[in-house]
Amino acid sequence: MAVTETRETFVGTSVKRREDASFLTGRATFIDNLTLPGTVYMAVVRCPYPHARIASVNLDAARAAEGVVAAFSGADLAEDWKGSLPCAWAVTEDIKMPPHFPLAVEEARHQGDGVAVVIAESRALAKDAAELVEVDYEALDATADVERALEDGAPLVHADLGTNECYVWKLETDGVQAALDAADVVVTRRYVQPRLIPNAMEPRGVLAQVGPTGEATIWSSTQVPHILRFALQIVLGIPEAKIRVIAPDVGGGFGSKLDVYAEEALVIALATRLGRPVKWTEERSENYVATIHGRDTVHELTFAATKDGKITVVKSEAKCAMGAYLQLVTPGIPLLGAWIYNGPYDIPNYSVTFTGVFTHTTPTDAYRGAGRPEATYVLERTMDALAAELGIDPIELRRRNFITEYPAELASGLTIDSGDYHASLDRLLELLDLDSIRSEQTARREGGDTKLLGVGFSTYNEMCGLAPSRILGAIRYAVGGWDSATIRVQPLGSVQVVTGTSPHGQGHETSWSQIVGDQLGVALADIEVLHGDTAVSQLGMDTYGSRSLAVGGVALVHASEKIVDKARQIVSHQLEVSADDLEFADGTFRVKGSPEREMTIQAAAFQAHSAHNLPDGMEPGLEATATYDPPNFSWPGGAHAAVVEVDTETGDTRLVRYVAVDDVGAAVNPMIVEGQVHGGITQGIAAALWEEAVYDEDANLLTTTMTTYLVPTAAELPSFETDLTETRSPTNPLGVKGVGETGTIASAPAVINAVVDALSHLGVTDMQMPATPERVWRAIQEVEA
Amino acid sequence: MSIARKGKDLLRRVALTVNGTRHELELEPRELLVYVLRERLGLTGTTVGCDTSACGACTVLVGGESVKSCTMLGVQAEGFEITTIEGLATNGDLHPVQQAFHEHHALQCGFCTPGMVLAAVSLIESGGATDEEAIREGLEGNLCRCTGYHNIVEAVAAAAGVI
Repeated sequence: MAVTETRETFVGTSVKRREDASFLTGRATFIDNLTLPGTVYMAVVRCPYPHARIASVNLDAARAAEGVVAAFSGADLAEDWKGSLPCAWAVTEDIKMPPHFPLAVEEARHQGDGVAVVIAESRALAKDAAELVEVDYEALDATADVERALEDGAPLVHADLGTNECYVWKLETDGVQAALDAADVVVTRRYVQPRLIPNAMEPRGVLAQVGPTGEATIWSSTQVPHILRFALQIVLGIPEAKIRVIAPDVGGGFGSKLDVYAEEALVIALATRLGRPVKWTEERSENYVATIHGRDTVHELTFAATKDGKITVVKSEAKCAMGAYLQLVTPGIPLLGAWIYNGPYDIPNYSVTFTGVFTHTTPTDAYRGAGRPEATYVLERTMDALAAELGIDPIELRRRNFITEYPAELASGLTIDSGDYHASLDRLLELLDLDSIRSEQTARREGGDTKLLGVGFSTYNEMCGLAPSRILGAIRYAVGGWDSATIRVQPLGSVQVVTGTSPHGQGHETSWSQIVGDQLGVALADIEVLHGDTAVSQLGMDTYGSRSLAVGGVALVHASEKIVDKARQIVSHQLEVSADDLEFADGTFRVKGSPEREMTIQAAAFQAHSAHNLPDGMEPGLEATATYDPPNFSWPGGAHAAVVEVDTETGDTRLVRYVAVDDVGAAVNPMIVEGQVHGGITQGIAAALWEEAVYDEDANLLTTTMTTYLVPTAAELPSFETDLTETRSPTNPLGVKGVGETGTIASAPAVINAVVDALSHLGVTDMQMPATPERVWRAIQEVEA
Repeated sequence: MSIARKGKDLLRRVALTVNGTRHELELEPRELLVYVLRERLGLTGTTVGCDTSACGACTVLVGGESVKSCTMLGVQAEGFEITTIEGLATNGDLHPVQQAFHEHHALQCGFCTPGMVLAAVSLIESGGATDEEAIREGLEGNLCRCTGYHNIVEAVAAAAGVI
């Protein structure tokens, strides 16, 4: 009897990360670790005012300073730009898209807007000389407030537009007003969501080298080397084919490196002019004004419902800050949430309106979750408000409205392929032990304790796995949503995997090797995953929007299938059996009924390369590329709960427990999935309790350091309790959905709902993010007054 | 503002030992230790995450104690023995804290990792890593944006033998 070896699969196991060794031993290739012979350093002179006319720029003293190679004003470099820094998402036909060049020439529109550059032999000398640049500014009125910016007489960010309104975008089903009129209950709430600063631990950096015939190589701390490559052609006029973008080790992004920045174009333009490599490393203070921000919205959300809690309408109207310019995806960020204002609930009538607003601030763009945290926050806060209004338990209200049948066609037009929201909530409640929390809450209230307990929930879904290209086209996004994989089995059997995704902490090298290891039946040690260099990975759409696994990961499966198909033809030819008579398992082709006649896929690779005995007409080599365009978005979901302790005397709020149960489909590497959940929920918790980019009335940023902005430390956070429920996505062969943003989307409303719950018996019904001690204390004082 | 630069008379001769190797350097008085390590000695494992001594990414051991190397001038390191992330493993074997970070998935993008590891080494060696709360308090000078600290705390607790 033939013995069939069963080999465990790699997918589904917590393989330790192959990425770790270089970081743990200090051998990473972060941009600031890289220099080339002859490198010179760029410093950017930035406008200190929120809004100013640039009367003159005097570079004489800077040019005369020690070690200075050159200095340029915005006007000096104006002819270098063949196009504006691109915005890829003209969300409406009549959107206003003002030009945005790498340096301001006549007018600066936010603090940190670049005005001039100095290039010197060292970083320190460049910075010294930048202080010698004399810019004559005429300060102008400014506003950082989205609502004030729309008022008559508000200071205009782009005076020639005559308005700060960038666009109005609307999605509405028929019958919304009729359903509102017919409702038993209508609840409307207003929410302010603060502006957030992404704070990837590695500030941005770029290094560029341009050869004598204009071929440009740029190393950039980017999430999007492929998008950056074609964007640089737009700005600089260098053919894309002559541009090589390398994203080496990238120290976190969270959306902030999903962009095309002024400095990326500047270093190439300067390297071209000077004939030397040019490098720029962002300082954290610059990062706070020169790298994109997120959120900054004011929402009004309305639910209509029946007496027994069936929600019949969701209607959202939001004003969304664009900042001073449109970066790569700025206007589209609200739209990424536009189809999930119903969340995991079946709501038949749907209306979402966004007004994009220019303000004199750093541009906004994608920050972890991008549009979906905004939507989920207002939705989940209003679920609790409606529950209070109807006198229904918030958990029960959610259950009464859950979508339960799949595929679920949404009023907004999209289709959720799979999910089980009850299952996640059931598991959450098992882990939470709500009864004992409620008893403790009651005991503390009755005992007059000054430290009150609150528990808050958020059940959510998200639309990720960006994205079906046709849908992106239909909503006016300029590029596609596919991704690619190339797999090359080398003559001696090692496997090169080239992915179009561009990881910056997500562990793709490990997870992708697990997928390919299973598909080809080869050992993980035989697989090398390459990424982040457009000379190596020619085709790709990069890493953002929880897309990499659900798109790029699936491309790996399809490329593997092509490899196996070709290898099967080779083995069939060499063993002189029909291809249909070959079984492939564990990396070996065996003849059905005669399993001793076998050849491994790695042996087939040698045959493919020696090419001594291939089928007639077959090309040598064993390599395949697949591009995969997903037919649908992917739809993770789940249930989260936060338990907080609020000190009624000081307003201080501490997070006591955080429990998260997520359904992200199949987990390729549960350890990495859990790590993504931890990081994601922390960023949402931070938004709920601490983080806020605060501006004064004149649009000066006041929170200019990590300490004043309150990036959380280990000391403020508890350990987390997490688990997964799993419904496999039927949309793709891996059954995966994506996990990069789930935690951030779900956690902020759970925490704020918990704060409100802690104080609800006092009469507190609302709390603005972040729930600072001052806000909490004032809320208590107001209800007690 | 006029800061004296270069010029032989302004350079200071400094001797310091980094990862067991003695270096004699001529430093400008204003050079921060972190840039001495990174740019003079090529030890780029020590990273720079901020410019206000807030993030802790540049943490190294100076005389065995954790120090944010952006808070110290290179000239102040005269005579000290300094350990950076490059010097923590011995003969190719990871230090137990490095190993624990790998086992517990305590790093994602890896940018804060060298500083976090060295802060943890110092915390453990000083006897401060007694329980979860002490570890959390002990690491509050080091920011991480990827992990939510959960796995970092687990890794440090494991390396300290308190779980």
